[in-house]
Amino acid sequence: MNQLTISGSPHVHGDLSVKKIMYLVILALMPAFAVSVYFFGFNAIRVTLISVATCVLTEFLIQKYLMKGECTIGDGSAILTGILLAFNVPSNIPWWMVVVGGIVAIGIAKMSFGGLGKNPFNPALVGRVFMLISFPVAMTTWPVPNQNFWSVDVITGPTTLGLLKEGGVNAVSNINYWDMLIGNTGGSFGEMCAMALIIGGLFLIIMKIIDWQTPFIIIATVALVSFICWRIDPTTYVNPLYHILSGGLMLGAFFMATDMVTSPMTIGGKCIFALGVGLLTIIIRLWGQYPEGMSFAILIMNAVVPLINKGFKPKRFGV
Amino acid sequence: MNPIKTFPKGGVHPEENKLSSDQPIITFEIPKQVIIPLGQCLGAPAEPIVAKGDKVKVGQLIATAKGFISANVHSSVSGTVNKIDEVMDHTGYRKPAIFIDVEGDEWLEGIDTSNTLVKDITLTSEEIIERIKQHGIVGLGGATFPTYVKLMIPKDKKAEYVIINAAECEPYLTCDNRLLLEKPYEFLVGVKVIMKAVNAPKGVVGIEVNKMDAAKMLDEIVKKDKYFEGIEIQPLKTKYPQGGEKQLIKSVTGREVPSGKLPIETGCVVVNVASTFAIYEAVQKNKPLVYRVVTVTGKSVKKPSNFLTRIGTPANMLIEAAGGLPEDTANLINGGPMMGKSVSVTTFPTIKGTSGILMLNEKDAQPRKVSNCIRCGKCMQACPMGLEPYLLNRLARQNNFEETEKHNIMDCIECGSCEFTCPANIPLADYIRYGKNKTGQLIRSRNQK
Repeated sequence: MNQLTISGSPHVHGDLSVKKIMYLVILALMPAFAVSVYFFGFNAIRVTLISVATCVLTEFLIQKYLMKGECTIGDGSAILTGILLAFNVPSNIPWWMVVVGGIVAIGIAKMSFGGLGKNPFNPALVGRVFMLISFPVAMTTWPVPNQNFWSVDVITGPTTLGLLKEGGVNAVSNINYWDMLIGNTGGSFGEMCAMALIIGGLFLIIMKIIDWQTPFIIIATVALVSFICWRIDPTTYVNPLYHILSGGLMLGAFFMATDMVTSPMTIGGKCIFALGVGLLTIIIRLWGQYPEGMSFAILIMNAVVPLINKGFKPKRFGV
Repeated sequence: MNPIKTFPKGGVHPEENKLSSDQPIITFEIPKQVIIPLGQCLGAPAEPIVAKGDKVKVGQLIATAKGFISANVHSSVSGTVNKIDEVMDHTGYRKPAIFIDVEGDEWLEGIDTSNTLVKDITLTSEEIIERIKQHGIVGLGGATFPTYVKLMIPKDKKAEYVIINAAECEPYLTCDNRLLLEKPYEFLVGVKVIMKAVNAPKGVVGIEVNKMDAAKMLDEIVKKDKYFEGIEIQPLKTKYPQGGEKQLIKSVTGREVPSGKLPIETGCVVVNVASTFAIYEAVQKNKPLVYRVVTVTGKSVKKPSNFLTRIGTPANMLIEAAGGLPEDTANLINGGPMMGKSVSVTTFPTIKGTSGILMLNEKDAQPRKVSNCIRCGKCMQACPMGLEPYLLNRLARQNNFEETEKHNIMDCIECGSCEFTCPANIPLADYIRYGKNKTGQLIRSRNQK
């Protein structure tokens, strides 16, 4: 005789799960990872592995010994945080700095709030900004691409945005946009290849894991503001294409600002959030101290999410 | 035919699994004993008017409606009343039912049991509604709301559309689909009867495009025969809950039933396919509701089938006829997988609202691990009523029913789309149903003061 279960309806469930979401995002990051290994060699693998291992281990230990709860590392979110954190740092960074970043990302930004789903800020970005403030030199010394695959002591150079900040428009007049598109420039190794990140992002949009509005509005806002400035004064401001292809814009727009936990819940809210991220990014880039503003922009907007959620409710039926 | 329409907000698309859509309706054998529960409709259970030892015929009234929202119950067989006793019914509770031992198949005089199509509608609007009331017709889609109540249009309102819910948006179920294919004329006359009852100029049959064969056939019939003038066939996108009353009205007419109001506010009356067929039989053939088509199905079921079943036939007989209860059955459901109720015994009697008997296998029915809400907002995107299921779930867990009311929990149609889509497997629908129940109590007690 069968054991019949009693349960409330619905009795069937869609095939989406938290684990599936996380692993699909990880899969979507693989093209960018492959390109970064091609340009930055073994160092890209080294940093990614250290970062992922630190994040997963930190979550495991905290969950087991501090929270005394069920092991949650299987859901893939710690792996994802590890990859995103690694993508945000230079490939020649000392290993222990990555470990510190990973511990901060998972330990402070995620687990201290209660784990996945409870954190107000994007863990990878908290880890990254912590590293940027604590180790400003190591975090802004960028290897140039295409060196010996195994080399550890590498030749360094400025990023495209750093070049712009230091030297102005003239310094970047002979830059090759194709190189920027395929990731053949210096910088945080996972951010460089705009094309690979766009492919991954489109994959997530097609799989309905992320919406198209968030990345589109962020990129469009950055493009629009930089376009206006460029039209007004092309000797001070660089053209919008340069901004779109530089720095962490693509990684941030497709993979960080779309983080479900730390972004608004309705499409309307997501649009406002994206507008804020885009505006803050380009404002910091054009008039701020730092050459790049993506991480700060997303973290600042993360803080506004509860307010946005209050203001943007779904439209009710029959009202 | 009209272009495909749908409702714009929310909804999900579960695997359709219409395994029995090619299986013709089989008239099921009359069992040796039927068990006819007294509570078969949404509302008060009926009161028995027969006693042990009484002889009854098919179609004979055996229990009368008690109160406004209640429905008569008729004997589905001829024979002797064995006892009036409690039985574990589809709700999982022991409830009173009339047990009848079957002897032959003798129908009450005055019931037309022939197969001739009766097209002329001789009764007046009031007589039709009275007949529907007398013959115990309830919403056969599963909600079992007494149909006559729906058809009594308030004096200050006017019915413009009779909308037939032929969406059959529940996965697995095919009883309405088969009825449309096999009894199209009877069904369409039924639509005419309802149009006359509520004095509506237009009738629209809303049907999901996964049943295009039925839609095309009906469309040809209404276009060929002048008699069916006023009836339109409206193809709808295959999307759950397309058959939800409010969603269906929105799909067909573009109108939204205001929050807390009835469909008639938009000039629409919505009736299900099986109910329409039952109305045809009640009004044109004087036949009370004594049988219905039940889909018996499941992925591991040997012969998924559609049985024309006498009300009160024990479910296990139908399951046996479909090849027996599969080894891997974990969940037995009265109705469809999205809104049906799971049952703990195979012996529950089929009732008027039994549209299907579904055997879900272990793989589909296994409880999933619940994790934290990741605030993905997918429940809000799936909610066809524009509510915030994640929030209602949290508030209901906190027993904060003032807040659930403010967040419009009473608008919830309990379709389960939120829970179906939730990647964290949170039992949203369970807690929202609980919250809705409690909030309803709160509102009622406040109104009484």
